[in-house]
Amino acid sequence: MPNFFYEVHFYLFGLLAIASSIAFVTRKSPVAAALWLVNTMFCLAALYAMLEAHFIGVIQVLVYAGAIMVVFLFVVMLLNLGQPSDLVDIRGKWGRLAAGLLGLALLAQVIVLAGRKLPEPFTPGGGYDPIAVRDLGAVGSVAQPLFNEYLLAFELTSILLLVAIVGAVVIGRRRRVDAR
Amino acid sequence: MLLQEATTGAHALSGSIAEWVWLIPVLPFLGFLINGWLSMSSAAHVGPKDPSAAGHGHDAHGGAEGHSDHGGAHGDDHHPVVRHKYAGIVSVIGPAVLLLSFGLTVAIFMAMLGVDREAPFVRTLFSWIPAGDLHIDAALQVDPLSMVMTLVVTGVGTLIHLFSVGYMQDDPGYPRYFAYLNLFVSFMLVLVLGASYPVLFVGWEGVGLCSYLLIGFWFSDKANADAGKKAFVVNRIGDFGFLIAMFMMFANLGALDFVGVAAAAPGMGFNSVLATTICLFLFLGCAGKSAQIPLYIWLPDAMAGPTPVSALIHAATMVTAGVYLIARSAFLFSLAPAAQLTVAFVGALTALFAATIGLKQWDIKRVLAYSTVSQLGYMFVGVGVGAYAAGVFHLVTHAFFKALLFLGSGSVIFAMHRAYHATHNHDDAQDMRNMGGLRRYMPITFVLMWIATLAIAGIPFFAGFFSKDEILGAVFARAHESTLAQVTLLGIPGSTLLYVIYAMGLAAALLTAIYMTRMMLYTFHGPNRSGEKEQSHLAEAPWIMTGPLVILGVLSLFGGWLNLPDLIPFGPVGLLEHWLEPVVGAATAVVTGPAEAHSVITEVYLIGAAVLIAILGIVIAVVRLKPTRLVPKAQAPDEHGFERVLREKYYVDELYDRVIVRPTVWISRNVLSTGVDQGIIDKLLVTWVGAGIPRLFGWFGSRLQSGQVGTYAWVLLIGVIAVLGAFTLR
Amino acid sequence: MLAESLALSAVLFTIGTIGVLTRRNAIVIFMCVELMLNAVNLTFVALSKVYGMAGQVFVVFVMTVAAAEAAVGLAIIIAIFRHKQTVNLENINLLKG
Repeated sequence: MPNFFYEVHFYLFGLLAIASSIAFVTRKSPVAAALWLVNTMFCLAALYAMLEAHFIGVIQVLVYAGAIMVVFLFVVMLLNLGQPSDLVDIRGKWGRLAAGLLGLALLAQVIVLAGRKLPEPFTPGGGYDPIAVRDLGAVGSVAQPLFNEYLLAFELTSILLLVAIVGAVVIGRRRRVDAR
Repeated sequence: MLLQEATTGAHALSGSIAEWVWLIPVLPFLGFLINGWLSMSSAAHVGPKDPSAAGHGHDAHGGAEGHSDHGGAHGDDHHPVVRHKYAGIVSVIGPAVLLLSFGLTVAIFMAMLGVDREAPFVRTLFSWIPAGDLHIDAALQVDPLSMVMTLVVTGVGTLIHLFSVGYMQDDPGYPRYFAYLNLFVSFMLVLVLGASYPVLFVGWEGVGLCSYLLIGFWFSDKANADAGKKAFVVNRIGDFGFLIAMFMMFANLGALDFVGVAAAAPGMGFNSVLATTICLFLFLGCAGKSAQIPLYIWLPDAMAGPTPVSALIHAATMVTAGVYLIARSAFLFSLAPAAQLTVAFVGALTALFAATIGLKQWDIKRVLAYSTVSQLGYMFVGVGVGAYAAGVFHLVTHAFFKALLFLGSGSVIFAMHRAYHATHNHDDAQDMRNMGGLRRYMPITFVLMWIATLAIAGIPFFAGFFSKDEILGAVFARAHESTLAQVTLLGIPGSTLLYVIYAMGLAAALLTAIYMTRMMLYTFHGPNRSGEKEQSHLAEAPWIMTGPLVILGVLSLFGGWLNLPDLIPFGPVGLLEHWLEPVVGAATAVVTGPAEAHSVITEVYLIGAAVLIAILGIVIAVVRLKPTRLVPKAQAPDEHGFERVLREKYYVDELYDRVIVRPTVWISRNVLSTGVDQGIIDKLLVTWVGAGIPRLFGWFGSRLQSGQVGTYAWVLLIGVIAVLGAFTLR
Repeated sequence: MLAESLALSAVLFTIGTIGVLTRRNAIVIFMCVELMLNAVNLTFVALSKVYGMAGQVFVVFVMTVAAAEAAVGLAIIIAIFRHKQTVNLENINLLKG
C-alpha cells in the first residue's frame, strides 16, 4: 500500500539506481564499471520487491547479479582487462554530446509514447490477485502461468539455453594450432 | 456593321477557277525547289577557285556606305567570268512559274468580276492546328483586297524576274538567286492570300527569311552578311509585336481567322484599351516589316543586295506587307482611333524624317531606299486615318514607280559597272558623283526614270499624283470631322494632330520632289564625271532589262486611272475604291461618319496645294542644285555641319548601337555567357550537382560500410529514433 | 507507482543506450546492454501489477535469454581477443567490406 514510507523508499532506490547506472557508464576501469552495475541491479531488486514481485527480485539477485555479472568479471579477469584505460570514450567530446542528444531524443519519444493511452488490461492472469498470491505463495503465483499458459515458451527457452551452452563452449574453445 | 460574313456552303466562286487559288503560291515554290536543286547539285563540285565560293570580297567596292551591289555580278579580274552551267534552264523556270501564277491570278480576277463579292471566298486546304479551342486551318482567302495584292506581287514580280535574267546573267550564284527569289514570291503570296493571321504570319516570317537570304546574297563580303542579319533581327522585333497581338486576339476574341475576328471585334467596344493595345502591337509588327520609325534602320543597309531584290522586296512587295496588314485589320483599327492616330503620326513623321535624309545621300540606291521609307510613311498615314482604299492605292502606284526607279537605277549601275570593268576602274559605280550626263548614253532609261520621278513627285496625271492626293485629302477631311478628330492622343486633340499630319505630308511631298529631281539631275543631266575612257563603254542595257522598264513606265503613267477622284469629269471614277468596298468599306465608314463629300472648292484647293508643292520642289532643285558643281566621288570634299548630319542619317544607327546593341552584347557576354552559362550551369549544376551528387552518394555509401561495429550501433539507434519519431509525430 | 517506475525504466534505458554509443571497450558495451535489459525488466514488472502475472513470467524469460546471450557473447569476445589481442571496438572491423 503506497504510503509515505513506501514512497520515500521507492524514490530512494530509484535515485540510487540512476546514480549507480551513471557511475557505471562513466567508469574508466571495466571492473569498477561491473561492480557499479551490480549495485544498480541490487537497487532494481529492491524495487521489484516493493512492486510485489518478490520472486523476480530474488532471482534478479541470484541470476543476474550473482551469475551473469560474475561471468562478466570472470572474462575480464581472464583477459586481463582490468586496468583502467585513459581513453575511455570514443570520438571525444563531440561524440559524447551527440550520444547525449540522441539519448535525450530517445527518452523524450519513449515518454511521449508511454504517456499516451495504455492498452486495455488483458485477461490471462487478470490483475494482481492478492488471494492467489496468498494461496500459492510468491513462487507459485509465477510458476502457475509459467507452466500452464506459457509452457511452450518455457520449453523453447530451455532449448535456447542448451544451444547457448554448446555454442559458448565451441566458440570459446582454444584451438590447437598444428605446427607440423 | 464591320462584319464580313463568309457564307457556308455555296459561295458564288465555289467550283470555279478560284478553287485553284492554292496554285498561286505553290507554283513559285516549285520554282524554288527546282532552282534550288540545280544550284545545290552544281555547287557540289565547287572547288576552292570557283568564284561562287570565293565570292567578291576582293575589291574595295565597299565605300563609305558599305554596299556591294556589283551591278550584275562579275568575277574579278583574276577569275574569268563564266556563265553558270544551268543558267539557261533557270532563266526559263524562274520567270515562267511566276508568269503562270500571274496568269492564274488574272483568270481568278476575271471570274470575280462577274459575281457578288460581298463575302470572301475561303479555300480551306487542310486543318493545320487543331488544338482544343484553337483551330487554325491552312486556308486561302479570295477577296478584292487579296486579289489586288496578288496582282501586284505576281505582275511586278514577273517583270522583275525578267529584269534579273539580264542583270544577274554573269553571277556564279545564278540558280541560287532565282531559287531565293521564287521562294520569296511564294511566301509573299501566302502572306497576301492567307485567310487567318497565323497563315499570314507564316508568309510574314518567310519573306523575312528570304529578305535575309537575298540581302546577304553575296555573303562572302561581310558587310553584306551583316546587312542581311540586321534586316532579320530588326524584323524580328516587329514580329514579336505581331505575335503578342495575335495572342491577345485569341485570348479575348477567341478567333484568329479574318472572318471570325471581324465578327467578334465589335465586342471589344469602341476606343477600348484592349482594341488600342492589339492595334498598337500589330503596328509594331508593321513598323518592323515596313521600315517605319523606329525600326526602319535595316532598309537602307538592305541596298547591299542585288538591285532587282531591292526593287522587288524593298519597294514593291515585302515592305508593303505592313500596309496590307493594317488594311486587312481595318475592322480592328477603326475601333481604336487612338491607335489610328498613332499610326498616322508615326507614318507622317517617318515620311518627313526619311525625306530629309534622302536630300543628302550620294549613293543612288540609298536615295531610293530613303524614298521608299518615306513613301511607306505616306501609306501608313493613309491607312492610319482610316482611308484604307487610299493607302492601298498608293501602295499599288508606288509599286509601279518605285520598281521602275530601282530597276532603272539597276540599268544605270549595270552600265557603270560594264564601263568600269572594261577600263579596270575600281571607283564606286553607285555614287552619283561619278555619274552625270547619262541621258546621252541611256536615253530610254532616262525617259522612263523621269516618268517615275514625276510620278513620285506628284505631278498631275502621273500615277503618284492621284494616290498621294487621295491620302492628303483624306487626312484633311478627317481633320474636319471624323471619329479621329474627336478623340485625343496624349492630350492633343485629334483634329489638331491631323492638321499637323497634313502639314507634315505636304512638307514631305516638297522634299520628295526636291531629292528626286536632285537624283535625276546628278545622274542624267550635266557633264559626265565617269571619266573619258569609261564614256565609250556606257550604253543602254539589253532589252531583257529595258523591256520590263517600259512596261512599268506605262503603268506609272496611267496607273493613276485606277482610282480617279470625283472631280475629274471623265474616265472611270474611284475604281479601286469600289473594288475594295466589300472589304474595307464598312471600316472606312466608321471613321468618317455619315458620308459627306468635300465642297468642290476645298477639293480644288487641296489639289492645287499639292500640285504647287510638287512643282515648287522641282523648281527649287533645278535652280539650286547645279550638277556642274559636282566632282567625282574620289575628289569630293567632306560635308560639314547639318549636311553631315543628314548624310550620316542623323547618326541613328550609331545611337542604336551605343544604347541598345552594345549593352545587349555586353550583357550577353559577361552576364549570360560567363555568369549564367559557365558559372551557374556549368559550374554549379553540372560539376557540383550533376557530377557531385553521385560522387557524394558514392562516398557516403563507402563510408557507411566501415566494418566498425560501433558505427553500426550508432546507425541502429538513429534508425530506432526515426521509427519512434514517426510514431510520436503521427 | 506505475508512472514513476516507467519513467525510471526509460531513464535507465537511455543511460544504457548512451553507454553503448560512447564506450570503447567491448565488454563494457555488453554490460550496458545488460543494463538496458534490466530497465525493460523493470517495465514488465511494473506493468504486471496492472495487467497480471504475465509480466513477471516474461521477466523470467528475459533473464534466461540474457544469460544465454551473455554466455555466447563473451565467448565471441574471447575468440576475438585471441585473434587481435584487443577488445577495443575501434580495432574490430572484421565486418568491413
